[in-house]
Amino acid sequence: MSAPDLKPARWAMWLPLTLFIGFVALFMSGLLRPAEREIKSAMIGKPLPQFDLPAAVADRPGLSSAQMQGGQPRLLNIFASWCVPCAAEAPVLAELAAAGVEIDGVAIRDQRDDLKAFLARNGNPYARIGADDVSAVQFALGSSGVPESFIIDAKGMIRYQHIGEIRADQLPMILAKLKEAQQ
Amino acid sequence: MKRLLIPLLLLASAAPAQDKLPPAPYAYTQLADPAQEGKAQALMLTLRCLQCQGQSIADSDAPIAGDMRNQVRLRIAAGEEPEAIRGWLIERYGDYVSYKPALTSLTWPLFAAPVLLLLLAFALLRRRFGGKGA
Repeated sequence: MSAPDLKPARWAMWLPLTLFIGFVALFMSGLLRPAEREIKSAMIGKPLPQFDLPAAVADRPGLSSAQMQGGQPRLLNIFASWCVPCAAEAPVLAELAAAGVEIDGVAIRDQRDDLKAFLARNGNPYARIGADDVSAVQFALGSSGVPESFIIDAKGMIRYQHIGEIRADQLPMILAKLKEAQQ
Repeated sequence: MKRLLIPLLLLASAAPAQDKLPPAPYAYTQLADPAQEGKAQALMLTLRCLQCQGQSIADSDAPIAGDMRNQVRLRIAAGEEPEAIRGWLIERYGDYVSYKPALTSLTWPLFAAPVLLLLLAFALLRRRFGGKGA
């Protein structure tokens, strides 16, 4: 080893301060930036997982993944009667259904009577509603809350995930995504 | 008393926002086989609750955490390996769902940095205090 050089370079004097300021900046940015609370599904671009759910209400059939193929792209809506934003989303879903979009529903942890009352109160835009009492299909889709909507194309591929309720001003965007999924 | 009443009332009115279904079969019920239950417990401690994101699914009483425990126990009971179940969830939710640190192309600096810093410290100390005899 060569003789120890005990005189540090001039710039090294500023190193601790620079590091300290760097850490403060990192800390502040983490503190001030609102944390990302949404967990995006990693299933976008992958085929719809296989499932077969029993009917959740008497006047609509249950929902299986096998039925969600062919025809036009459709909306898979994860919802529940106990979910407040789902009620806020209902008019927008009704508009989508009126525009000819097929909407299939998955009711999460829902009691049949509650669901019936919810649909009577908020309208029923669903072609089919499957009852997912243990959130199994929700996990299979990589969904982490209600409401969430997935766009499934004719080949049964998941093309888009919408986290939270679809607001009225997001309706054109959803229609554009559905159109995009036609290709 | 009044001051206490309002939060209590708020609590009472917030409760119906949750679902009323009973918990999933294996949300709060252990598996009969202690070895399997042990495996499930160990895994559940390292999986993140999707709603209460600071808690593991073993710690959380959120309905979705109960459903995740149900999934984990059912899959363990069916003979699936814990790491396969973790992989199944990561495939759906990304690394975020797992608390177990994984060595990936993104995280390797976290593992390498302490080793590098130790080596650096060792080199610096040696330069300062050692080396005289050499």
